[in-house]
Amino acid sequence: MTGQPVRVGVPTWIFFPAVAGAAFVLLPLVAIVLRTPWSRFFDLLGSQASQEALLLSLRTSGTSTLLCIAFGVPMALVLARTSFRGQGILRSLVLLPLVLPPVVGGIALLYTFGRRGLLGETFEVLGIQVAFSTTAVVLAQTFVAMPFLVVSLEGALRTAGQKYEVVAATLGAGPTTVFRRVTLPLVLPGLASGAVLAFARSLGEFGATITFAGSLQGVTRTLPLEIYLLRETDAQAAVALSLVLVVVAVLVIGFARQGKASL
Amino acid sequence: MTFEYEATVADRGVDLAFDIAPGETVALLGPNGAGKSTVLAVTAGLLRPDVGRVTLDGRPLTVRGHRERDLHVPPHDRQVSLLAQEPLLFPHLSVLDNVAFGPRSRGDSRSGSRAAADQWLREVGIEELADRRPAQLSGGQAQRAAVARALAADPKLLLLDEPMAALDVAVTPALRQTLRRVLAERTVVLVTHDALDALLLADRVIVIDGGEIVDQGDSSEVLARPRSRFTAQIAGLNMIPGTWRDHAVLTAAGMRVEGHPGDPQPHEGDPVVAVFPPSAVSVFLDAPGGSPRNALEVTITHLEPHGGQIRVRTAELSAEITAQAAAELDLAPGSRAFFVIKATEIAVYGT
Repeated sequence: MTGQPVRVGVPTWIFFPAVAGAAFVLLPLVAIVLRTPWSRFFDLLGSQASQEALLLSLRTSGTSTLLCIAFGVPMALVLARTSFRGQGILRSLVLLPLVLPPVVGGIALLYTFGRRGLLGETFEVLGIQVAFSTTAVVLAQTFVAMPFLVVSLEGALRTAGQKYEVVAATLGAGPTTVFRRVTLPLVLPGLASGAVLAFARSLGEFGATITFAGSLQGVTRTLPLEIYLLRETDAQAAVALSLVLVVVAVLVIGFARQGKASL
Repeated sequence: MTFEYEATVADRGVDLAFDIAPGETVALLGPNGAGKSTVLAVTAGLLRPDVGRVTLDGRPLTVRGHRERDLHVPPHDRQVSLLAQEPLLFPHLSVLDNVAFGPRSRGDSRSGSRAAADQWLREVGIEELADRRPAQLSGGQAQRAAVARALAADPKLLLLDEPMAALDVAVTPALRQTLRRVLAERTVVLVTHDALDALLLADRVIVIDGGEIVDQGDSSEVLARPRSRFTAQIAGLNMIPGTWRDHAVLTAAGMRVEGHPGDPQPHEGDPVVAVFPPSAVSVFLDAPGGSPRNALEVTITHLEPHGGQIRVRTAELSAEITAQAAAELDLAPGSRAFFVIKATEIAVYGT
């Protein structure tokens, strides 16, 4: 005989708003699937503009994910393992892009890296023009996606604690060895789910990209921008491309959950 | 190698100083919060004392508030290994790679450090578990692997923080024997709650209470005749020294005490000690006839209450009996009695 735990603290009526909420999130996805023109699906995805947008999106999101790892891992480690004055404020500011409207992020980037921006002239002297280039797309995506990786990894680092690092140090391992052979392997699942989340956020980036990088086919027009444009001219193609992003999002959630579970 | 420790950690109220001679094992004994862990943390370089000076083998490890310049050698550069209550084996490495971690960090080659690790696994008796993951080990096996890992790092000073506290009582005697063997020639600080650990593993005992040293000296002396309240509580073990003759301990006075010899078995004529807790002793007024038990004739020196029981003391031994039994026997200082102990309750160790 198997026992069944009794449900306590969940009133029956709470199921109605809960189900309504779930339906609100799931119904639009169902709508996309229903409206997808399956007979023309692969033709629509095969158009040159769509192909270019898809490849550009994958390329820029991949690059920005690598940038997030390169800078986000050190940031997470500093935030999780050290303490200094103003650390709390710094953490809040670094995580600001999580809540900042992406358009505002795009404007901020424009005034930093744009021609007349804070660093723009420096880049101009070096012969590099950032704004309205593929580089700008990557920067915009990195800007909005970085906090996802930092938050996820900082949490993993705090959960893992420092016990193993202390043991490693007393065994004679210097800080770099401890980081490489103990800290990183222990938080690998957290790092993986953070990277997947960052990749997803990059892939979906719209506001900051269109503001800072514009919408040039093959150069800065990523998948979300292409979908937005197509919506007016070829609604069916827009739906088909949207479905591609939905599938990617579902896969991402699966990966991120797996990372969390093995943590 | 001489280890010299002297440090004050004000907010933990710990202020003490002691030295350890080369190859000596010193047990730090004391109640929770007495400051034992603070000593280990300062020694390992995990905590900076407010004032202090710690040197190992003439090399200053921590200096603060002295005439010399302040100095703090980071933990990885001290050659001080720490073995905690939990084994804390790195979960993502095999047992072999865990043990090879120290040599590898020191810059040994992969194959060289694995060979060294293999050697240490054999030393602690778990060479067949080399390829396992730590999650596949029992508590006792994991702690053995942790011992091997700490020793493989070739520390000049080994810190043991209650290495057997988290283990099943069934596996502690075997691990204690292993530790006794591998710690023999090493310089070790052993933090423990267990008088038997202190007696068997340490040459010297330092008793800490309230952040200061309240008692210290030769292990068997401190534990047999405790001068601090804490030592009396946990120790007060009965110890009868003698020689191993014909499967029993023969004392200088010609008394025969039968007991349970530990591993390794003592040889005929070896100096040994019979150890048993006061709670294992029953007190009788007449010698029980024809029983296989040990009956020692004693003169009682005093009686004192001890945690709900009555502690009956003689010049050398003590027994713990219920207040009711003490009343029925009508014991008083000066009365003659027999201390009776089952042979199975007496542990015999080589000294």
